Amino acid sequence: MMLQRLHRAVAENELLYLFVHSHVALLAAAVAAIMIGGAALAGVIAPTDPYDLTSFDLLDSLLPPSFTDGGDQRFVLGTDDQGRDLLSAILYGTRLSLLVGLFSISFACVLGVTVGLMAGYLGGRFDAIVMRIADVQLSLPAILTALLIDGIARGLLPQQRHDELMIVVLTVAIGLSLWVNFARTVRASTLVEKNKDYVQYTQIMGMHPLRIMFVQILPNILGPVLVILTVDLAVAILLEATLSFLGVGVPPNQPSLGTLIRVGTEYLFSGEWWIVVFPSLTLIVLIISVNVLGDFLRDALNPRLR
Amino acid sequence: MLYFILKRLLQSVFVMLAVSLIAFALFRFVGDPVAQMVGQETSQQDQARIRESLGLNDPVITQFGRFVTNLVSGEFGYSYRTRQPIDEMILNRLPATLELGLVSLIISLVIGIPAGIYTALHRSGLVANTILVGTLIGVSIPTFVIGIFLIYVFGVQLGWLPTFGRGETVKIGWWTSNFLSLDGWRSLLLPAITLGIYQLTLTMRLVRSEMQDVMQSDFIRFAAARGISKTSLHYHHALRNTLVPVITIIGMQFGGVIAFSIVTESVFQWPGLGLLFLESIRYVDIPVMSVYLVLIALMFVVINLLVDMLYAVIDPRVRLHGAS
Repeated sequence: MMLQRLHRAVAENELLYLFVHSHVALLAAAVAAIMIGGAALAGVIAPTDPYDLTSFDLLDSLLPPSFTDGGDQRFVLGTDDQGRDLLSAILYGTRLSLLVGLFSISFACVLGVTVGLMAGYLGGRFDAIVMRIADVQLSLPAILTALLIDGIARGLLPQQRHDELMIVVLTVAIGLSLWVNFARTVRASTLVEKNKDYVQYTQIMGMHPLRIMFVQILPNILGPVLVILTVDLAVAILLEATLSFLGVGVPPNQPSLGTLIRVGTEYLFSGEWWIVVFPSLTLIVLIISVNVLGDFLRDALNPRLR
Repeated sequence: MLYFILKRLLQSVFVMLAVSLIAFALFRFVGDPVAQMVGQETSQQDQARIRESLGLNDPVITQFGRFVTNLVSGEFGYSYRTRQPIDEMILNRLPATLELGLVSLIISLVIGIPAGIYTALHRSGLVANTILVGTLIGVSIPTFVIGIFLIYVFGVQLGWLPTFGRGETVKIGWWTSNFLSLDGWRSLLLPAITLGIYQLTLTMRLVRSEMQDVMQSDFIRFAAARGISKTSLHYHHALRNTLVPVITIIGMQFGGVIAFSIVTESVFQWPGLGLLFLESIRYVDIPVMSVYLVLIALMFVVINLLVDMLYAVIDPRVRLHGAS
């Protein structure tokens, strides 16, 4: 009975149907769910709290994973240079990487969709100026934009404040470097939608332009937005990791995956491989699973490929 | 044609002015230039005198005009941190980045284009699938992780290649080159592969989708119907038409290579422009940051302009569209 209902529900929703029948997408979703779950529950399931200075001891530093020679049972994946449990650090680091990624992509999405809708629907001078800015920004790679915004924030904020606000700065920097994709796509879709009958009816009815844009048009162009959201989430996570790796990202006392990898490289030459290998693997698996989901969504929502 | 070129030139000038405005705002309003230049013990009067002599009391529009004039005449000013002239710093670093970028671009094209063609022609099969899964992983692995992996395998474990700096370089005038010594080539190899891999996956994906599009077009079907041999069909008819967009790819990628070299240069401590930019951000060295921004933008604009013009020469439709 339950199963039948599930089948019917799946059959009615084409996207869900395709999803359930794509093994790669299912696997990627499962992996992503496990990682997001692990990150969300980091405070509960992590053996220690890596932010708490009293929870680790310098005497435990640089211990190899417990399954290798000389490993300690307390530390499954070994410890880093300060004696932090690497598993806990990775769980907390994944949480931070995901949070920064999600917040910055949401910021980029809200900004890009709003600008794209207005540019497409209102047209005129606003459209010309905003899209020119988008063109200029699109010619610069996102990493450069993000680095530049971070640099400006460093100049504007005093050192103390900057360290406190680093995560906010990082989120804004990544968000501002990714809004263009949303804006261009939404603008193009809006240009198509705005000549359709239903929009013209609402115009004749005298509906407020803002209401037409966000209540009438927006729901009809959400498909491509969803695709960009997923594909660019991977980009955002990658950007955060890269900035943290370069040493201009999150503060060192709250390590993200990129920070952990940067610390790990310093111990590569002396043979402590685990400090760099486990965070790197986590990051790669996370990005691959998000990329696979993004590819799936793009193919599933693109009628030309079906 | 002339109209098309003029229109594109005008657009490019507009873009450069916009970027210069950002760079100027950065230089003028982020932090106080005078406070950065003088020590703590400089008196108020001296600071005011410096401010006046630098023209910081002039109207903002005059200052912006002077900023642009200076940039155009190659007067880039001085770094806050090292007190060196910025043009000298940039000329010192430029060869390292350009040589690294060139070699990695060649790597990405020499491997990426054939791989793209192969996967477009053989849509299934073990080799094609392996390549495709490989590119998905290639796109997903951050550049710095690839660099670290290469350092660990070839530098630490095998001990074959240096992992740090440029090694031995040969001086030709002001240009320092890695190409003329064995040690230089050895040092160049790992960073160039690291930088090339990401570009390689992009090249491959673009060539593949372009080739697939061409293979489905009418003139290819017609040629196939005429009974032309497969080899001639693939390499004579299809490939030729695929290679036109590849020009754009090469152009866009060279810009991307230079920008992404920031990460690679940081991993390998490669003394190029990217490392200079990163240092300037870390130490809030605003003049260096703004000059780097203008130069990178200039590079992108020039590349885009050249690509567009090449396009217009090769593809008459662009010319007609641009003129109408």
